[in-house]
Amino acid sequence: MRGGATPRMSPRDLVGEAVAGLLARPARVALTVLGTVIGVGALVATLGLSKTASNQIVGRFDALSATDVVVSPSTRAGGSGAAVLPWDSESRLLRLNGVAAAGTLADVDVRGALVRSVPINDPLAAGAIQLPMKAASPGLFRAVHAELSTGRLFDAGHSRRADRVLVLGSNAARRLGIERVDQQPAVFVGDRLYAVIGLLSSVRRHASLLGSAIMPEGTARREFGLRAPALAQVETRIGAVELIVRQAPLALSPADPSLLKVASPPDPRQLRGEVKNDLNALFLLLGGVSLLVGAIGIANVTLVSVLERVGEIGLRRALGAGRRHIAAQFLLESTAMGLAGGIMGASLGTLVIVGVSATKTWTPVLDPWVPLGAPALGALIGLISGTYPSLRAAALEPVEALRAGT
Amino acid sequence: MVIELRRIGRTFGSEPPVVALRDVELALAHGTSLSIVGPSGSGKSTLLNVLGCLDRPSTGTYLFDGIDVGTLSDDQRAALRAEGIGFVFQTFNLLAHRTVLENVMLAEVYRGTASDGRAERAQEALARVGMSHRATFLPTKLSGGEQQRVAIARALLGDPSVLLCDEPTGNLDSVNTESVLSLFDDLGGAGLTIVIVTHDDAVAARTQRQVRMIDGRLTEEGT
Repeated sequence: MRGGATPRMSPRDLVGEAVAGLLARPARVALTVLGTVIGVGALVATLGLSKTASNQIVGRFDALSATDVVVSPSTRAGGSGAAVLPWDSESRLLRLNGVAAAGTLADVDVRGALVRSVPINDPLAAGAIQLPMKAASPGLFRAVHAELSTGRLFDAGHSRRADRVLVLGSNAARRLGIERVDQQPAVFVGDRLYAVIGLLSSVRRHASLLGSAIMPEGTARREFGLRAPALAQVETRIGAVELIVRQAPLALSPADPSLLKVASPPDPRQLRGEVKNDLNALFLLLGGVSLLVGAIGIANVTLVSVLERVGEIGLRRALGAGRRHIAAQFLLESTAMGLAGGIMGASLGTLVIVGVSATKTWTPVLDPWVPLGAPALGALIGLISGTYPSLRAAALEPVEALRAGT
Repeated sequence: MVIELRRIGRTFGSEPPVVALRDVELALAHGTSLSIVGPSGSGKSTLLNVLGCLDRPSTGTYLFDGIDVGTLSDDQRAALRAEGIGFVFQTFNLLAHRTVLENVMLAEVYRGTASDGRAERAQEALARVGMSHRATFLPTKLSGGEQQRVAIARALLGDPSVLLCDEPTGNLDSVNTESVLSLFDDLGGAGLTIVIVTHDDAVAARTQRQVRMIDGRLTEEGT
């Protein structure tokens, strides 16, 4: 040749030199790669966990909300205070095919009466307090998936006899200082004494019940003049919502169904999308920040590596390396670090998803492109991070590099 | 002529400019050994950098094997270095984390030659300098003289037209200096063109021609 050609370097030699350059500083390379591992791992884990968690949330939402129907007086009838729902709403609804559970609920106007526990139960208990008072039909507890921590629920007999009994929500019981019912605790509502027969630990609908005292409808009618139920809560069987939405107003108000309004669940697909979008935006932001930190780490270490290897760069230029060979070697080294970090990060992230899911007894869900795309993302980050240091290395004049390296 | 310099000048900076080479004229035939002596700052290393196509002269013409180097692009000059010029540095410039054999093989990486047989060719180069028994060693395990021999083997790989040596014995004791100079004698005897920059008159005396640099000017000392 001598004079006309350009310097040549085979891809195999380029890869070989880059690998040798990395293996020369294994500890530093490992620490640098660790930054990308954490970044990519965090991204994969957050994406996977967001998908897993949203599926879990949406799954629970589907199971509960897809069977949820609430019937109440329409504004035409005068709103929730109108006496439209019949007292036998529960039995009417239960006769409909597709209804799994039903019950009625109303707020009871106790005319400002305060509630206090009987001092003999707990002398240190709080004094008289204002407590939301509700009236329910016996079937309501099943319709809202109420769980008892102790005692029992009232039944149709209590309501028919208008017994002075109460079931307390967990928060209401805590405020009154009542923790158990085996010693037949009682509370005063104004000057009327009520026996507490059960304490609720949880409900999955109408969470306000946990802060309330609940009495039978018959009791509320006689003691406080309750005019009618305010709403009817229905739990349908899966897929029966549309049917019940059509039939319930006819069953409860055959003369004029339009006096009732029916609240049915929103479109689950839309809600699923909203939940996922909210979670993904948050988690992607976290993963992005982690990746940025990893990228800065690679850029920093590659730049330091260039500065430390000025003499080597000078030698390579003296041996015939062109600027592009120097740039390509450093770029390949940073890309390889990013790729290695991406592969290890994807593995780590997947393990985290599986681990968390196993702990929570969730089903791990991960888009296939996430673990497959993560190494490519890591390599891209390495490539971008290494661009500036590589260009700096390539810009070094051979004489200056040789002088600085000696 | 393998090297021909016509009125070569090299100036650094602009305010005030530093003149490192002034109208240097030099012609070197194939198979000649030349030493460049002179005090520090006289321009010896600058001249060697110009000869090695590591630096561009500010003025004048440089012909290498009849090619006007001034007309070549950066890449073409790099290719010329890869195929036509071997370098030996005072500080050896071996890669510490690569074995002796790998350091020698590095000389072929930028030449584009097939990697098949590269190790064998590197072994032959090591044999020429008497270092084949250290092929698997890391440079840090070698004496200074041995490291310089490895550097010479690297420079010889691929049969360059010229061997350019910058203070090749500057870091060596007298025994190793003699060993390296004997090697240069052998290589010169085999027809290799060698240019040595040195402070040491004893080293310079071993070459066929000696020139002296003073304040950027080149004067012939003798043959």
